[in-house]
Parts: sequence; C-alpha cells; structure tokens
Amino acid sequence: MISNADLLSKLEFSEKEREAVDRYMNSMIEFLDTLNELDTENVEAMSHILLGESVFREDIIRNFSDRETLLSNAPDRKNGYFRVPKTID
Amino acid sequence: MSLMDLTAVQLGKMIREKELTAVEATEDALSQISLYDSTYHSFISVDEDGAIKRAKKVQEKIDSGILTGPLAGVPVGIKDNLFVKGMKNTCGSKMLKDFYPAYSATTVLNLEAAGAVIIGKTNMDECSIGSTTESSAFFTTKNPLDIECVPGGSSGGSAAAVAGKECSYALGSDTGGSIRQPAAFCGLTGLKPSYGRVSRYGLVAYASSFDQIGPISRDVTDCATIMEILASYDENDSMSIKREDNNFTKALINDVRGMKIGLAKGFFGTGVEPDVKAAVFSAIEILRNKGAIIEEFDLSNLEYGVHIYHIIAAAEASSNLARFDGVNYGYRSKEFDGYNDMYYKSRSQGFGMDVKKKIVLGSFVLSAENYEKYYKKALKARKLLNESFSKAFKKYDVILGPTTATTAPKLGDKSSNIMGDYYTIPANLLGLPAITVPCGLDSMNLPIGLQLIGNHFQESTIIRVAYTYEQARGEIL
Repeated sequence: MISNADLLSKLEFSEKEREAVDRYMNSMIEFLDTLNELDTENVEAMSHILLGESVFREDIIRNFSDRETLLSNAPDRKNGYFRVPKTID
Repeated sequence: MSLMDLTAVQLGKMIREKELTAVEATEDALSQISLYDSTYHSFISVDEDGAIKRAKKVQEKIDSGILTGPLAGVPVGIKDNLFVKGMKNTCGSKMLKDFYPAYSATTVLNLEAAGAVIIGKTNMDECSIGSTTESSAFFTTKNPLDIECVPGGSSGGSAAAVAGKECSYALGSDTGGSIRQPAAFCGLTGLKPSYGRVSRYGLVAYASSFDQIGPISRDVTDCATIMEILASYDENDSMSIKREDNNFTKALINDVRGMKIGLAKGFFGTGVEPDVKAAVFSAIEILRNKGAIIEEFDLSNLEYGVHIYHIIAAAEASSNLARFDGVNYGYRSKEFDGYNDMYYKSRSQGFGMDVKKKIVLGSFVLSAENYEKYYKKALKARKLLNESFSKAFKKYDVILGPTTATTAPKLGDKSSNIMGDYYTIPANLLGLPAITVPCGLDSMNLPIGLQLIGNHFQESTIIRVAYTYEQARGEIL
C-alpha cells in the first residue's frame, strides 16, 4: 500500500526516513478515516468552488520571448536544448 | 524612530506630499534589515542595488505626476514563492535554491505599476507546506515580538519582516491559513481574498483550488489599500473572476449597526486557549456596543474541515509538485543511473521530509484503490460543508472566531497539533474571503488574532467590520 504511493511519488527513502513516512502515513490514515462518519450518500463531489463553464482561449501559438532565461535554469543544456539522460535505447 | 514604524498608507502620504522621497524610505528599510535581519532572518534575498534603482525611478515618476497612488515609493517584501523577474525564487527549498523566474507574477506587476519598491524575498515553509516557517531549507525565521517563538507559517518571513519593521507591508500566500495565522502570531492584519479575486499567475502552486495571494499589513486601512492594487482580472489565471467591486477602501466604514455576526460554536470549543477566548470575547463586546447583532449558532460539519483539507491539499500538492523532476529546472542529482533514477534521486534529495510526506499522502489518496474512499469522499464532504456555510450566510453577514487556538508556540516545539489549522481552512476549502486583526495579547504578551469570514466576494463586508472593530479597539502593540 505504502510502497505503491512511493512509486507514484517517484520518491525513495532511507531506512530511517521510511520509518518516519510509515508513522506519518499510519497516523494520517487513522485520522482521515474519521471522515467515514459523515454520510455522503447521494452527495455530489465538489471539485470546483466557483461553478461555471470551462475557460477557453483562442488556439493561437504564443511563444515565450525570453528563451535564454528559461534555459538558464536548466541543470544541463546543449545547443538550446535541455540535456537529459537517454530515454530510448 | 524608523520610517518603517509608520503604516504603508502613512508613509505613502508623506512621500506624495514631498516630505520625503521614495529613496529615503527604501534606504530606511534597507538599514532596518541590516540592523535586524541577522536576528529575525525574515529575508532569503535582499536586492539592495535593485531597490535603490527602482526607488529612484519611482521618485522620478512621482515628481512628474505619473505615479499618484497611495503606496507609490513604499517598500514591500514578497514571499519567496511569488515570481519577481530578476530575483531568485526558492520557495524555501533546496529544489529551487538557484532558480530565476523569467517573468514576474501578475500581483507583483500590479504592485510595480502602483510604484511599490520591492526590497526582497521573504522566508517561508518549504513549498508553502507548514505553519511555522521552520521547514525552510535555509534557516528559521524568528517572531520579532518574541525571538524564542515562531512567526507562524507558511508566510512567516513576510509576517516577521512587517512586524520587525523591516518593510512597510508584505505579500503572502494562503492555502490553509498561511497569511492569516502568521499575521495573527505577529500582531498584524492579514487577508485571504475570495478565490478568484487575485490572480495566481506567477505563484508557485501548492494546492491550486485553495491558493490565494494577499497582504500582511500594519492595519485594516493598509490591507484594503493593498488589496485594491492586487485584485485584477487576469486571463493567465483560468480561475480569475472579473469583478466590479474591487474598491476596497470604500469599505473602510466605521459602522456596523444592524450587521449580523454569527459565532460558530465549533470555533469556541475546548481547544481554544483561555487568553485567546477572553480576547475574542472582548472583541465581541466591542462590536456589540457598536451596534452589531451577535449570536451563537451551529455550523454543521465544521469538525470535518481539517480532514477534507488534508486529503485535497495533499492530492493537489502531489500533482503540482510532480513537475519537479530535475529535467528543465531545479535541483538535479549529481549521480543517477538513467532518467527514471534521475527523477527519484533529484526529488528525494531536493525536497525536505515534510514535503515528501505530503507527496506520498497525496499519491496515496489519489491512487486507484483509495480514490473513492478518500479523495472523492473529501470532495463530497466539501459540498456538505459548503451547504452549511451557505445556510449560515443567509442569516449572517460575517462569521467570527479566533484565527488560531493558541498564540505563537516556541521554536522547536514538536508538539504540533493537526487541528491547528481548524479555524483558517474552511475559508480556503470554500473560497471565502477572511481577515485577521489583532484583538489582544496573552499573558506572555504574544498577539491574538480575531478572524472574520465573509461570503464569496464579500471582502467589503469583512473589511468594514474589521475596520470598525479596529477603530474602537485602539492600540494594542
């Protein structure tokens, strides 16, 4: 159960950290299970506060002007590209 | 006496009336920082040269009559999760410790258009996750009113900078109380706007359906004045709402006769410290004497607010923080074996434990086998809570309670209470505006905050009640 969440999170832990995470998750789950007391039969899920229509924009390309600043934050770059480890063999 | 003892509006007036210049005001703020910030540690970055340059430009515009607004030339601190082009933006995290944004946040642009002089970026809990600012990857901020105590969080640096007289006002962000709680702990006035009132463009997201940017200020007049500058429709924020009622200084009315104030019983339970209760009750009496009609009522489902908040906030945070993977920006681990390992190592090394725990919890509640039981359940419970509040606002103009159950705890106090955010989170969950104003001191002279929650887009209502109370209350600190 918990290691599945690690996979989704893309996080790894040392043994000591693992214990801390497990403690945290166990106490949080126990706390959050209290919500089961609440009867939500036939209640709609409220995913948005402001009910309304989706906001659209025109499908026009707007290139960001300051490419250099964007690239300056790259951990690794080459010839105007972000350089990353090989992803396809 | 420093110029930073004045309110932002008082200082702005002196500058406008040529009693002093924007440069003098900025130099004063920088001098305060050099005197006190080695004690308070409010700031992550201070841009001395940039601030003076900016102040000179602002003064030119004031002299030529271009800038005539109330806060032109006044120095401001910006929480380090709000983009200011040209300045580092760390979010209090190793993950972004050398990150430079390519654009400024809309709220920052609004301030600059009004002649604000940004002097630095303030400390915060890492990625806005926390309520003491102790989880910052860099250093801990101290509460200027008692340096053995926390300033609160996650906007602790902003609150400390204002309370410590290092700048005239500051911007914070509020996802579960992160403006209001530090403002309360530091004896200041803080406001979380209605969701959609203030653009989130340029704010590093924590929980996208809760996040709002707002002022941390010396008094309600400053707060309303700053809010007028911050609030704007912005197509870069899909949830930004076009409003015609952004004239908040018009709400600075000293009159609450006939206004109905509801005291949610759940806000006055056994968890509230006696000193806090006493101060809030005194405030209630003051408002009653000013003609407000005040009564207790039952706000059903309030007790589930914290549970709902923790599920949704963790879920949204885990999604928002997934972008930090060492690819385009931020921390990338030095050693890894392939791209997948790069993600694991960069994220695990770049984030602190509080952030990582939150991400794991968020991933858990969103995972296939738990989605219905936790995330969907929380969204349904949120609907029920929304109905309770809607019902309450049919009867009351404002819902009143303490901002926090206690005053500022000591630094290093590990006895954290998960229910600490209980008073502030309903406003985030439901997108309601909420303001905190100081209403007293406890036996250790630590400040106590009074919170007023309004209905959607009713900032004017809560500002009016807060202002009336503040005028009647008189000086506290």
